[in-house]
Amino acid sequence: MNLNLTLQLALSGFLLGGVYSLIALGLSLIFGVMKVINFAHGEMMVWGMYVAYTILVWTGIDPFFSFLVSAAILFLLGYLLQRIVVNRILDFPEAMQVLPLVGMAMVFENSARIIWGPDYISPQSRFSLSSISMGSLTVDTPRLLAFSLAIVITLIVLLFLKKTDTGKAIRAAADNRTGALLVGTNVDKVYAVCFGIGTACVGAAGGLLVPIMPLSPHIGAPFTMISFIIVILGGMGSLAGAMVGGFIIGVAESVGPELITILFHGIGLDLDFPNTMKQVVSFFILIVILLWRPQGLFGGRKG
Amino acid sequence: MKKLYILLLIGLLVLLLLPKFVSSYVLGVFVLIFFYAYLGQSWNILTGYTGMISLGHSLYVGIGAYTTYLLTLALGLSPWIGMWVGGLAAGLIGLVIGFFGFRFGVKGVYFVLLTIAFAEIGRLIFLHLKIFGSFQGLFITPNFSFVNFQFKENVPYYYIALGYVIFSLIVVRLIERSKIGRYMVALREDEDAAESLGVDVFKYKMIAIFISAAMTSLAGTFYMNYLYYLHPGTMMSIAFSIEIILRPIIGGMGTVLGPVIGSFLITPLAELSRSYFAKAGYEGLHLIIYGFLLVAVVLFFPKGVIVYIKKGLGPGFIFRVRH
Repeated sequence: MNLNLTLQLALSGFLLGGVYSLIALGLSLIFGVMKVINFAHGEMMVWGMYVAYTILVWTGIDPFFSFLVSAAILFLLGYLLQRIVVNRILDFPEAMQVLPLVGMAMVFENSARIIWGPDYISPQSRFSLSSISMGSLTVDTPRLLAFSLAIVITLIVLLFLKKTDTGKAIRAAADNRTGALLVGTNVDKVYAVCFGIGTACVGAAGGLLVPIMPLSPHIGAPFTMISFIIVILGGMGSLAGAMVGGFIIGVAESVGPELITILFHGIGLDLDFPNTMKQVVSFFILIVILLWRPQGLFGGRKG
Repeated sequence: MKKLYILLLIGLLVLLLLPKFVSSYVLGVFVLIFFYAYLGQSWNILTGYTGMISLGHSLYVGIGAYTTYLLTLALGLSPWIGMWVGGLAAGLIGLVIGFFGFRFGVKGVYFVLLTIAFAEIGRLIFLHLKIFGSFQGLFITPNFSFVNFQFKENVPYYYIALGYVIFSLIVVRLIERSKIGRYMVALREDEDAAESLGVDVFKYKMIAIFISAAMTSLAGTFYMNYLYYLHPGTMMSIAFSIEIILRPIIGGMGTVLGPVIGSFLITPLAELSRSYFAKAGYEGLHLIIYGFLLVAVVLFFPKGVIVYIKKGLGPGFIFRVRH
């Protein structure tokens, strides 16, 4: 077993996991407050990516700055989506809430395809190819930057929820919708702001991912799935769980294929587990967690 | 009720005679209408009648198609026989998913995710199997004959697809009238109440997923022999699962005629807009329309179009379930 390679994979998975955490944080926040799962999450992230990409092409501003614009635009989209669609389905049976958001996912995916074309794009930004050596390991600078910024944004969002009035109103509405209404909170508005913050998180994450991975309109769905898996792993509505889950999935997807291949060879199977099947690792984790601990690692209550 | 049967009979007669009067292109659209009506109906058995939403039904389509293909390749078995083996295989996979889901109490949105997870694992595994052409997909060289389920013209496909729909209508109507169907509806409406009255909730959910998965896979055989091309990326994707569920939702879930009505409404629209927008250089625009439709239907007609048709036609035209 090549320890160095495994460590290298684990490190790069861990760094990506920081961005995953941010994506999952948005999903978890929305779910924790409104009990609605945003099935368009990954597709909205792709919009965030394309916004940062467009700014890079038009003005040359690096995605590591323009992710803020992605976040702002996605906040607006999320706010409107909540006002127009999500707010009307809050009292629907859980299963029926899935369908309109799946519909919105199709709208986001295919409108991105019409606006920006169906092909894969790998934009070259300033830091694209640079890397830092740490002993025997190498770290891509963009990955490290994306990781650090994602962590900073996550902490800011958590602080915002903890300290500001809006944040407190969001937590109050999450705890008890009727109670919050009674003490004069404008719950509809709070919900819309919260949905907007959730999608702003994923928009920012999208911007941060632009220098790391090629973008195409169709990469959204896997990210929706990954963020579900992280959120379920960490516990629905648990923000700390979303962060830890992000790191676990990031490392598992990165190291998993390599380890499983070694395992296959170890038991005498001449079978490789290709990297293109890394999602199977996360889906497997999802199934195990749904069956064994559906409330997630950090979740108190179920659903 | 009698009136409805007469109406359906007239409709059937018209459909039987249709190939005499219309072009091959129109027949092709009708084949798709029937194909999606059948798929929607199969999905309807599980989701419409027991309320467990599955977004992973494309998995069974793939299992059906690939099993039939393998049996033809290895044993020279006719697809007409192979499809039932595929049905059994898909049914068993359905039972496995159902066992995990229902035994462990995975409900609502969690069940949706469970079905997606299994379907995606299936898609990724099939995508990496060399025997099925890996990432290139599988091209099938047609060898036209009835035994091979492969025909030069659209007419035989038209009648076969119509047969599929009639078969599914009969199955669903029989289920609906039987005890099994009543139990399914009871557990859909209130699982705890049904259980407290002695309904074996687990058993009837398992029956529903078995029938639903097995029937869905039969459509896979048709898909393979109609398009001569199999690729997990299209046939086993979440997008295809959405195609499957769209029509019964628009028509009306948990009703016998809902999926058929939905397919008659949506499929021609989808076909026309797909070809029209593709020509105009806006590939994918029809999917945007789908997306908005899905939102609008759930917001404004959560019970499907069939409710309005029933109202329009009056009480004589309703399938009645005696209480």
